[in-house]
Amino acid sequence: MDISFVIEKFILVAIIFGISLVIAMYSTYAERKVAAFLQDRLGPDRAGPFGILQPLADGLKMFMKEEIIPTHANKWLFMVGPGLAMLTACIGTAVIPWGSPITTAAGRVIPLQVTDINVGVLYIFGVVSLGVYGVMIGGWASNNKYSLLSAIRAASQNISYEVAMGLSIIALLLVTNTMSLKEIVDMQHGWHWNVLYQPLGFLLFIICAFAETNRAPFDLPECETELIGGYHTEYSSMKLGFYLFAEYINMFVSSAVMATLYFGGYNYPGMDWVLTQVGPVIAPLIGTAVLFAKIFAFIFFFMWVRWTIPRFRYDQLMHLGWKVLIPIAIANVIITGIVIAIVEKF
Amino acid sequence: MGTSVFYLVAFLSIFFSLMVIFAKNPVHSVLYLIVTFFTFTVHYILLNAQFLAVVNFIVYMGAIMVLFLFVLMLLNLNKENEPLKSGLVKVVGIVAGCCLVVTLVGSLKATAVSDPLVLQNPNLGLVKNLGKELFGPFMLPFELSSILLLTAMVGAVLLTKKEKV
Repeated sequence: MDISFVIEKFILVAIIFGISLVIAMYSTYAERKVAAFLQDRLGPDRAGPFGILQPLADGLKMFMKEEIIPTHANKWLFMVGPGLAMLTACIGTAVIPWGSPITTAAGRVIPLQVTDINVGVLYIFGVVSLGVYGVMIGGWASNNKYSLLSAIRAASQNISYEVAMGLSIIALLLVTNTMSLKEIVDMQHGWHWNVLYQPLGFLLFIICAFAETNRAPFDLPECETELIGGYHTEYSSMKLGFYLFAEYINMFVSSAVMATLYFGGYNYPGMDWVLTQVGPVIAPLIGTAVLFAKIFAFIFFFMWVRWTIPRFRYDQLMHLGWKVLIPIAIANVIITGIVIAIVEKF
Repeated sequence: MGTSVFYLVAFLSIFFSLMVIFAKNPVHSVLYLIVTFFTFTVHYILLNAQFLAVVNFIVYMGAIMVLFLFVLMLLNLNKENEPLKSGLVKVVGIVAGCCLVVTLVGSLKATAVSDPLVLQNPNLGLVKNLGKELFGPFMLPFELSSILLLTAMVGAVLLTKKEKV
């Protein structure tokens, strides 16, 4: 483990961290613009040209607001909650391959992935399952019945949809035969994207991703009409900002995961031809740009759905998770297994 | 380096498991238990059992402890509504404590420095090898335990169903 390796990884981590924060920041702006577009409004347009400085103004507002910790709240856990939400949102990016390795002129190969562990898919899954703690701890520590109810809603929703998500991933693993995200991406070279082999699995995965990120139509944990504000009712200032921000980072990470698992990551049709044209330094960067284009498309889809579909009722949510998605996911696993067995036989 | 990391993590495991017992607030206990499970995950990684590590992470930290937390948060246990402990309970506690002391002293007397642990097959914990072992030589026990889990699941579903009169 030489020092240049450490520096290289450190820079990569810093860049990814910065990018996820900036993207999350501008997702808030994009969300408002998309909402405005879908509702035939203008959206934020005061701060800077086209309102481009709006996220900065919002951030400043969050920092300047008075910070309130309720008297009977559990002070320590009240502060841990939002921090945990941010932490679990951010660490998921560690195993995502952001581009094919860059070979520099000096012959050094720089992988655009922080770490390629051979249980990468499960790591993502673990981070997702940990995400509920930020909400639960924050909701409980607020010492507010509405916050608690909402935190419990969030927890039961996340656990229910994790099952279906895990089953849809199993079907994907049957196809890929590996859990390393790097190998999964390399398998989808060109246009052999997994979504072509696992369309049903992808549909299940994206529904569960909506539920895991608490996005509409599954945003019951923050259902204003029933729970005042949701689990962050008692939060103010930047702690509230952290919770809201974590949601956008989660959205970014889950978009990246979906692009990586099902939509070929940094692969695109005709990439070999491009490689011969522009050389081994520029081509990976184009791949990275393609990956980000896919991510942005998914983020737009998240917003599109939010401003189109109304919120589920709680029993409908549970019904969908347990009685619809899980049986379909199990059927998907079985069908995938049978098809693979038949293909291997003949 | 491996040994010192092990001792650090082992110390943390024991420290946090003690905190589970000594924490006054049950919710804090559960949170300490989550940290304890996290240190176990680190132990598995040190043993190169990556699959076990991540499964421990998902199942124990991500699912089971969430349910624990869930129940405790709903129960909202605190000092005021704790039932009074009767004298009999205290006597039972003293007897159990004495038994524990005897056992501890006995086991401490029997301890000896063990031989350094050598992993027989360092790559066994990787997913591929583990899967081959489970679905090869250990096929029958593996399937039997899955049937056991299925039985428990069916039992749990039956318990929650209201009986039709």
